[in-house]
Amino acid sequence: MRKIGTKRLAAVACAGVLALATACGTDSGGGDGAKASDEQGGFTAPDVPMQQEIGDPEGQVNILAWPGYAEDGSTDKSIDWVTPFEQQTGCQANVKYFGTSDEAFQLMKSGEYDVVSASGDATLRLVASGEAAPVNTDLLKNYGDIAPFLKDQKFNSVDGQMYGVPHGWGANLLMYNTDVVKPAPTSWGAVFEGASDYAGKVTAYDSPIYIADAALYLMKTQPDLGIEDPYALDQDQLAAAVDLLKNQKENVSEYWSDYLKEVQAFKSGDSVIGTTWQVIASVAQGEGAPVEAVLPEEGATGWSDTWMISSKSKNPNCGYLWMDYITSPKAQAQVAEYFGEAPANTKACALTSDKSFCDTYHAEDADYAAQIHYWTTPIEQCLDGRTDVKCTNYGDWTTAWTEVKG
Amino acid sequence: MSFIDRRPGLRVGLLLTPPMLWLGVAYLGALGALLITSLWSQNDFTGQIERIWTTENFQTLFTVDVYRSITFRTIGIAVLVTVVDAVLAFPIALYMAKIASPRAQRLLVIAVLMPLWASYLVKAYAWRGMFSADGPIAWIAQPFGLDTPGYGLFATTVTLAYLWLPYMILPVFAGLERVPDSLFEASADLGAGSWHTLRRIVLPMAFPAFVAGSIFTFSLTMGDYIAVKIVGGTTQLLGNVVYDNQGAANNLPFAAAVATIPIVVMLAYLAAARRTGALEQL
Amino acid sequence: MARTNTMSRGLRGSLTAFTAVVLVVVYIPLALVLLNSFNTDNTFGWPPPGYTLHWWQLAWDSQGARDALWTSVKVACAATLVALLLGTLAALALRRTRFFGRNVVSLLIILPIALPGVVTGLAFQNGFRTILGIQLSLWTIVIAHATFCIVTVFNNVQARFQRLGGNLEQASMDLGAGRWTTFRLVTFPMLRSALLAGALLSFGLSFDEIVVTTFTASSQDQTLPIWIFQNLFRPNQAPIVNVVAAVLVLFSAIPIYLAQRLSGSTEGMTGAMT
Repeated sequence: MRKIGTKRLAAVACAGVLALATACGTDSGGGDGAKASDEQGGFTAPDVPMQQEIGDPEGQVNILAWPGYAEDGSTDKSIDWVTPFEQQTGCQANVKYFGTSDEAFQLMKSGEYDVVSASGDATLRLVASGEAAPVNTDLLKNYGDIAPFLKDQKFNSVDGQMYGVPHGWGANLLMYNTDVVKPAPTSWGAVFEGASDYAGKVTAYDSPIYIADAALYLMKTQPDLGIEDPYALDQDQLAAAVDLLKNQKENVSEYWSDYLKEVQAFKSGDSVIGTTWQVIASVAQGEGAPVEAVLPEEGATGWSDTWMISSKSKNPNCGYLWMDYITSPKAQAQVAEYFGEAPANTKACALTSDKSFCDTYHAEDADYAAQIHYWTTPIEQCLDGRTDVKCTNYGDWTTAWTEVKG
Repeated sequence: MSFIDRRPGLRVGLLLTPPMLWLGVAYLGALGALLITSLWSQNDFTGQIERIWTTENFQTLFTVDVYRSITFRTIGIAVLVTVVDAVLAFPIALYMAKIASPRAQRLLVIAVLMPLWASYLVKAYAWRGMFSADGPIAWIAQPFGLDTPGYGLFATTVTLAYLWLPYMILPVFAGLERVPDSLFEASADLGAGSWHTLRRIVLPMAFPAFVAGSIFTFSLTMGDYIAVKIVGGTTQLLGNVVYDNQGAANNLPFAAAVATIPIVVMLAYLAAARRTGALEQL
Repeated sequence: MARTNTMSRGLRGSLTAFTAVVLVVVYIPLALVLLNSFNTDNTFGWPPPGYTLHWWQLAWDSQGARDALWTSVKVACAATLVALLLGTLAALALRRTRFFGRNVVSLLIILPIALPGVVTGLAFQNGFRTILGIQLSLWTIVIAHATFCIVTVFNNVQARFQRLGGNLEQASMDLGAGRWTTFRLVTFPMLRSALLAGALLSFGLSFDEIVVTTFTASSQDQTLPIWIFQNLFRPNQAPIVNVVAAVLVLFSAIPIYLAQRLSGSTEGMTGAMT
């Protein structure tokens, strides 16, 4: 009899718990969700109010940034453009770094951050989910000096409304250990077909978006696959990219998402070749690692970053003040030189310590900028315009990436 | 006798209410909600969870090969780590229980427990340094023309076995302490050698203690994602898949679906462990 | 002593040797941590190119480390208090009566620690953020920690009850003391050392916990493990992390020794191992 009692009690308890959980359940998100089936820029963004004026600073601002974008002296005492901002505006800046766009997207959803430097593979997702508010560019003094080819792009605006202010752009590079990799590599093949030369010491970026790098390589080396845009891959093209990456994996020591982990791996010799950002190469060189970074002949994927403001921001005024500050010529010059990218504000070119900086990075060259394959969220509607096939979306890429890592 | 004394059931009920509310309702409720989430799906683009009942998460789990291989890999490493820890723990526990003097016993317990207080992260990181290309293992191996095994499955197994060793030593030690000395004497009187005694008498008696310890080594390995990231190189375990999906991939329903795997495995393991009487030895 | 002739000399010798070897291996990584806290190279190349006290100086001055340490202590204390309360209540309840759901209760108490941290953490995060809609904070961390710390107190108290039986309390009540008086003057003193041992274990569990904590902490909260996690790879901070870890290990001997003394024998600690 007691045993029956136990089972009955357990059953009732379970049913009760389930009922409770179903009733509360999970939040299906605030506001009207947006459909992603339409082409980029063609979906209906949720109705999020836009700030009309900048009021009094709230005293602090929570910044979510790519490493190197908001330096406050903690990495290196002489690298600091956040403290002047704090002094000028009275907004205490709390900076958090993230390693991939996915992390940024997820962190923004917590609602704890005011501004984020979003790459093209996160921007539209932030808009569609209602996380990002439209930006009132009239409130930003420096908006007029931003390079025109960065404004009103598919990845940072919807129906003519800007959802952020451009920060800068650049390419993913190939970094190698000069003592081990000789002669200097000129092609991404060094980490694909040629990876076995450095077996166990290759590294790659730990994010599904890296599939685009493989696709780019295939675009140049296997044209019969018909890849036009590394972010518009149908099932077969995706499978080809995945195969290439699975072969690469045999030679990979670690995938990196924390940029300092890559610095360390190159310094200790655990990695000798792999994809990188300029800032990582610079920091590694500063630590004494013998590395160089090059832009291979096939071209590269890259990023074009936009500062966006959260729709749930608790410090919107400080948020706007930050966006204005970071796009001012002096700050732009500092960030661009430290990180190693082209600044969005072309007036920064006069203020860089290296006078040929902007030339090296082609900051004012719209044609060059058009050649980099910026991180974009892959969607079902093919980004290269094909209508006869369905392209794979980011969810497919995420599953594929798990398969690549095995 | 008071009102309460006449109703022992009520007394028990009152005493139990706070813990049961906490564990039974709050914790189980949270688990239940998580499991329900696994039956929903997520919009890839906006990241919103759509409350449409679907089994597609579980279908993906069963059909896509990689998740099966990750599951088997995780279980395999968990078993390997458990075995390694059991093999390492038994002699030490035996020494502590039967040979060490009471003072030495106390010192040994402290010695075994102290590493638990060094942060788990720091220990994993120390092993990363050991296996690194310019670390001590490479340095020692170099004169022999060998090299460090580097980051990967081997490093993961070694590190995890190292991290969970104290969790295995202590229950086994407690279990061996309970084996009366007189059994050894009796066995010796009957003509059995020491090794024989160990194998036929001590081990079977201590078996529940091993199972108790293994619950931790198994469970901790099934869910680990941090140590793997630090020393595992490109290795992915179940914990990584859950963590990546709830975090970066932002796919909570799928993460919840993956999370059911360790839950099922551990519940089965606990059920089996209960049969051996190990739960009383926890 | 009776011990000395229960085993052959060969067996004793090999056991002693084995124990010594394993202990050495256990402490090598810790020794490496200590050594690296003096290493001039901040990515810890081996062998160390030089030695310095610089990192110790920085660690002493490090505000971040200090704040994180204090936060961890606060969280662990709060979680331990809750665990003490709930664990004792549960052990008291299950003590004598063959309660029909005894196994269920035991299982429930073990579950938070038997299930992998990822699962527990995820469940809590989902529960707090999406179902209840509350912000993550130090309190959410405390709640999560207390949940898996209950078992340490429960086991310790239960073991103590099993050892001592209920005669003393029965005698006390026969002599006329009420329930509460009996608890205060007889039961509680009996349990004191078991409670303390359980509390120390629970404190240790909560102090070093990283997995569940990452899920239930807000971005502003930094317990010591979170601080370590965030600074592990930073070139200027990693050696400080080593310093902090070395200090922790050295200081940990104190609470462990205390717990030993309090539980009377080693069994009190180990019998309640989690």
